[in-house]
Amino acid sequence: MSLIMIGLEIHAQITALNSKLFCSCRGNYRDLGPNTNICEICCGLPGSLPVINQRAIEYSTMTSLALGCKVPDKIMFYRKNYFYPDLPKNFQITQYNVYGFSSIGVDGIYELDDAKQIRISRIQLEEDPGRIAYSEGGMNVRNSALIDYNRAGVALIEIVTEPDFTGPKEVRQFLNKLSLTLEHIGVCDTLLEGSVRCDVNVSMEGGNKVEIKNINSFREVEKAINYEITRQSSLYSRNLKIEHETRHWDDRKKITFKSRSKEEEHDYRYFPEPDIPIIVLGNDFASNLKKRMPELPNQRFERFVSKYKLSEHTSNILINDKKLADFFESTLKVYFSPTEIANFLVTDFKSLIEDDSESTDYLKNLKVKPEHIAELVKLIEGNKISRITAKDILVKIFESGMLPSEVMNNTNSYKISDEKTLMDAVQSVFDKEKSAVEDAKTNSEAINFLLGKVMKFTNGRADPKIAMRIINNKLHNPDK
Amino acid sequence: MSNLHDLLASEVVGGINEGLFTAEEYVSSILKRIEDVESKLHSFITLDSEGALSAAKIIDRKIREKEDTGELAGVTVGIKDNISTKNIRTTCASKILEDYVPSYDATVIKHLKKNGAIILGKLNLDEFGMGSTTEYSRYQPTRNPWNLDYVPGGSSGGSGAAVAARECTVSLGSDTGGSIRCPASFCSVVGLKPTYGRVSRYGLISYANSLEQIGPICRSVRDLVMMVNIISGKDERDNTSIPSSPISLKNKLGKLNVAIIKELITGSDREVTRTIYSASEKFKEIGCTCDEISIKNLHYALPSYYTLASAEASSNLARYDNIRYGFDLPVEDYKWDTYFSKVRENFGEEVKRRILIGSYVLSSGYYSKYYLKARRLRSLLRLELLTLFKKYDLLIGPTMPILPFKFGEKIDDPIKMYLVDINTVIANLAGIPAISLPVGFSNGLPIGLQIMAAPFEEQKLIDASYDLENSINIQRKTNAI
Repeated sequence: MSLIMIGLEIHAQITALNSKLFCSCRGNYRDLGPNTNICEICCGLPGSLPVINQRAIEYSTMTSLALGCKVPDKIMFYRKNYFYPDLPKNFQITQYNVYGFSSIGVDGIYELDDAKQIRISRIQLEEDPGRIAYSEGGMNVRNSALIDYNRAGVALIEIVTEPDFTGPKEVRQFLNKLSLTLEHIGVCDTLLEGSVRCDVNVSMEGGNKVEIKNINSFREVEKAINYEITRQSSLYSRNLKIEHETRHWDDRKKITFKSRSKEEEHDYRYFPEPDIPIIVLGNDFASNLKKRMPELPNQRFERFVSKYKLSEHTSNILINDKKLADFFESTLKVYFSPTEIANFLVTDFKSLIEDDSESTDYLKNLKVKPEHIAELVKLIEGNKISRITAKDILVKIFESGMLPSEVMNNTNSYKISDEKTLMDAVQSVFDKEKSAVEDAKTNSEAINFLLGKVMKFTNGRADPKIAMRIINNKLHNPDK
Repeated sequence: MSNLHDLLASEVVGGINEGLFTAEEYVSSILKRIEDVESKLHSFITLDSEGALSAAKIIDRKIREKEDTGELAGVTVGIKDNISTKNIRTTCASKILEDYVPSYDATVIKHLKKNGAIILGKLNLDEFGMGSTTEYSRYQPTRNPWNLDYVPGGSSGGSGAAVAARECTVSLGSDTGGSIRCPASFCSVVGLKPTYGRVSRYGLISYANSLEQIGPICRSVRDLVMMVNIISGKDERDNTSIPSSPISLKNKLGKLNVAIIKELITGSDREVTRTIYSASEKFKEIGCTCDEISIKNLHYALPSYYTLASAEASSNLARYDNIRYGFDLPVEDYKWDTYFSKVRENFGEEVKRRILIGSYVLSSGYYSKYYLKARRLRSLLRLELLTLFKKYDLLIGPTMPILPFKFGEKIDDPIKMYLVDINTVIANLAGIPAISLPVGFSNGLPIGLQIMAAPFEEQKLIDASYDLENSINIQRKTNAI
């Protein structure tokens, strides 16, 4: 296959903000009745003026720094003029890199796990439009459409990369890492519906650049690229021309289709926004912000490995799920046993929550708190319960929210280390498994079999070390 | 009580507070005056008699109960119809906003209400503030109270005429390229365009954001000072507003360095020139120096102004798509883009012209040739003026190069119309304060003197104007109506 070049244009909402970019309406517009989160500013009523949200500048600066961009000492806003029903002013307040002024971030480098570098051309701060709801066939067929302006004016960060990706896997890697980064600096909860969107441009050797718009989740991006590569390859192999065009992603049919409108002919007539004077950030703004910026995923990984002595594998699993990593560190504050807690979280704990981990904040509504896990691990380490029992107790905590010690007492599931009880248990097993006992006198495999039977007999509560000692004694001194 | 409507704002506040008359009596006399002359003048687009009367009753109750009534208690204010007034229709004299009733008050309106001023109604203008005569109003033109056959100036023509005709105590206008000063000059009243940033623009329906300011039109300098102080101030809702110190009414003008702008004198009608020279003599009499100077970059002002104002307008006016507000036009049988085109046909010719010019100068390939060049020329002019202000306290000249003219005289030739703005656009481009003060008449038609000062030096403008007002003692009442 010939050379593939892919570039991305990502829009991420700053979901961390309480208010919109230019007014005091709520930043979280989700789950609100249509057109209830609006005011004269975000609706573009005549005479209203935008007032810039300072926190939005901080968040977009942090994003720029996290993606290795330069942050200028002053920024300005531009108007991008185009007519669309979801755009209340029929222009969007955004940024533009021209005439010596730059957007909030430029010229960044972002490294993928295999050290491949992706160049970030720019990062800009802008406002989200409203949302149009129209039925099958689109706006040109029906004579009415519904517009909800609740989203209009929400702060968006636009991230534009150079066409440095050579395939969909790199894109996926990048988007995963980007999501993680955005989450770590607290800018964007990428799991919220519509909080991240992606436009992709794909070109192949000998063909023109094709833009794919309207990809509404990171998951769909890879599919859209794969489809587009197949489409273009097939054109190429049949000696057909690959047109320079804008296509849209249909996430139901999983295909790209050609846009009706000729978007490439747009002249946006950019000019400086007169209602927002030049914002002087100053030379120290970015460096000061960098000092108090939340830890980035890479830094956290290194800390987990060096400070907590976790394996790279375990650290990776934790870091890749920020909420789990946060949970881990909260647990450490209650009981400091990093290796044991981490192992418990990435295995037993994670397998239990994996079932409904699609929801955005699955740890928030969980009955299991860091205190539970801390106590549970303490019980394991104090030899009070076995690992197997711990897993059973965890299931019960998940359901009830009770403390592990309570569960342990209620179910009598503390570890059995009493010699007399265990000797009785071993005797019962020996009575039943006569041939295995004979076998075990010469074969150590069979000894493990007997231990397993003892564990099963005690519902996993037997202290395996003591049980093993008793079995060995009994095998070699049968009369005692 | 028959002449209550003749009172100045300072007299109204005094009279009501001292119990000489009630706010209700005063407002009633103003409403009576409007009833008598409005059919000849057409200053108002919307009159809110009921609202004004009920506001007056509240003032009277407060007076009876000895509550604070505010510095403008009972003063009736006419508002240019491009300033947002909650629950009062705001049309910009455009058919495209025929049914638009704002959900919020502009910051200046909040200031006025808080200080006891009574909002009387909405005054006529050229559509969206684009014009110098009110002939571009989509309703009907306002007439000049000094001679009904003549234009009142514009775009705040309704604001100038209503104050001159005593249909309201004072008014608010807006000034993008002279829209307060031109009608102030043509109607023989005082009008101030404040320094850019002194008065909040929040709620002023944008024509050209980087140029315009709201300002008062009054019948005396004293009234003007009262108004400016009430409406000024840094506003959290306007990122371009700047804190400023209040202005006071001093009696004595210091010895200032004044300069007449030569180009503005030589480009003017003979009658105008003569009157301005005799006003400048007054400055000398008070002990000021008075040089004649030249502004090198003056010839760039008008092209720069019309390029920038149209560019900003083309974008500002894009929002009028009739989706959220506007006028009555059912959507049935239209597709989105055809509906949109149909809606936009409803702009007047002059507005369409400026949207076209503005879109053109911003389009790719022309941006640096026109828009960017105009911005550079603007900076050049501003710099030159700031340098002049290091040497001179005040720059003076005629507000308008010509006397008020008759209806229809210039409407067919846009360039001719644009040219009358040459003296006033300077202050908007440079962001400096400028006042127009009545200084004489020629054949019964008013002539205004324009005084400009450095940014935030309104005090100097007021000092000079107050002194001149006292020494010239001009005829105040028109006999035409």
